[in-house]
Amino acid sequence: MSIFQSLIKKEALHILRDFRTITVVLLMPVVLLLLFGFAISTEVNNVKIVAVVEQHTEQTRDIIDRFRNNSYFTFEGIVPYREVESILRKGRADAAAVFRTEDGRLKHQIILDASNTNMAQTSAAYLEGIISSAAGFPVVTDTLYNPQLKSAYNFVPGIMGMIFILICAMMTSVSIVSEKETGTMNLLLVSPARPRTIILGKLVPYFLLSCIILTLMLALSYTVLGLPFSFSIINVIWVTILYVLLALALGLLISTIASTQVSALLVSGVMFMIPVVLLSGMIFPVENMPSALQWFSCVIPARWYISAMRVLMIQQLPIGYVLTEILVMSGMLLFVLAMAIKKFNTKE
Amino acid sequence: MMDKETVISVKDLTKKFGSFTAVDHITLQVRRGEIFGFLGANGAGKTTAMRMLCGLSFPTSGSGTVAGYDILRQAEEIKRHIGYMSQKFSLYENLTVWENLNLFATIYGMAAKSIREKADTVFKTLGMENMRNVLVKNIPLGWKQKLAFTAATMHSPDIVFLDEPTGGVDPYTRRKFWEMIYRASSEGMTVFVTTHYLDEAEYCNRISIMVDGRVKALESPEELKRQYHSGTMDEVFRIVAKDAKRGD
Repeated sequence: MSIFQSLIKKEALHILRDFRTITVVLLMPVVLLLLFGFAISTEVNNVKIVAVVEQHTEQTRDIIDRFRNNSYFTFEGIVPYREVESILRKGRADAAAVFRTEDGRLKHQIILDASNTNMAQTSAAYLEGIISSAAGFPVVTDTLYNPQLKSAYNFVPGIMGMIFILICAMMTSVSIVSEKETGTMNLLLVSPARPRTIILGKLVPYFLLSCIILTLMLALSYTVLGLPFSFSIINVIWVTILYVLLALALGLLISTIASTQVSALLVSGVMFMIPVVLLSGMIFPVENMPSALQWFSCVIPARWYISAMRVLMIQQLPIGYVLTEILVMSGMLLFVLAMAIKKFNTKE
Repeated sequence: MMDKETVISVKDLTKKFGSFTAVDHITLQVRRGEIFGFLGANGAGKTTAMRMLCGLSFPTSGSGTVAGYDILRQAEEIKRHIGYMSQKFSLYENLTVWENLNLFATIYGMAAKSIREKADTVFKTLGMENMRNVLVKNIPLGWKQKLAFTAATMHSPDIVFLDEPTGGVDPYTRRKFWEMIYRASSEGMTVFVTTHYLDEAEYCNRISIMVDGRVKALESPEELKRQYHSGTMDEVFRIVAKDAKRGD
């Protein structure tokens, strides 16, 4: 066996024998995908609605029929106006639609329980849509790429962006720093093994682990979560591999800076995880941030990766549409790798 | 420039970190098969000097050879001909005894067959046959120490560097460990050992005492005791190091 092979075998045994870590690492992507895909959803379902109708007309009947037949609403019946407030307060309904006909024209009012703003906004917009389409001036909204506005679609790229930073940057840096702490890194450095062999022997196993996790996540996304499958999956894989390499390089860089496992964990946690979650556009759209934060988000690799993944996975456009993202990530990769190798090679 | 029996020879070896001179013009020779004690307080520059000899650190100035290779130009060759055991008996905790030995022997270029043969002999000599497949994290410290030494010497290096190899183990285990060192030395291996325990210095053929980055004394323990008119190495060390500005 060559030095390189035996180093890889050593690292693989270490990963596999740390049963707790490997379980967490393999289960976390699955749990996160399922959690965000199903349980945590920004869609609005089962909005309980009541109606107040002063005088039935054809239009009001039509609207109420639409309420009844709409899967997002549960129609709770027609109530007198004076009871609306107490119904909302008791939570028997989330929204009330009030209709009055004046001079043959329908006037309406929507009263909402806005204690959950997100739900209130979405249901208001939805109610508005139903009423206006019934009133004869429909607004045609055509939602492309994600016609049902499934939040799972939105979260898959974000979770992938987060998981790979976690596995590559965090695990690699912690494992390298732990070798520094226990002194085995010194044994390797004093041995005939070349520094680049040592580094690659450290990175390759985590790269392979990332590939396994990528397969797992893609399989879940395209089957259980029902992402539309097409040939763009090849591009998804290429861009993800680029991102994984970038994350590995970051992990290497962290390991040259941090001297203890705890500090490696803190650096990768604070410097990468938090910005990835908050600033990458995974949860809050980058476009809504103050411009200073928008600029700052440019240095976060996950921001570029997630935006590329939205284009490739959800819009399924050809790879030419994400050239900027690819270029930025390649540039970052070269820069981080150069820094890490320079720092690693510096003999004190 | 050096006779066949000299395995380490350095002249005016110096290492500076900025304005701080960690190692200041040290000159010494170590002969083949010798047990050479490298003494000094913490911060005296022992570790830095040893790192330069092992090819881990590049000297600021000075020259020398280790195992016949130039420390300035042939660090890679030096690495092939030495063994190194670190302070903490570092080994891979999640690998078994056998996997650790196999890993290091492979890194030092031994063939699979000779690794197996050598390991069998070693396990027998040490009485570790039943520990072969035990994870290193589960074996006692004393065994770990022996194993770390074995891992450092499996490939029969010309010189083995031991960085405080007996820290934290009990006196009985320490004596047992010195028996291993003697055995290696009798087989022609040169042993370069740093230690804090001055009674251990007595076991060495020759010792050097570093103070503030310089080699202040270099002789056999008997000769040093005679020169400084003292009965123990402890006293010798105190006299030699009395002007030390660094260390504790």
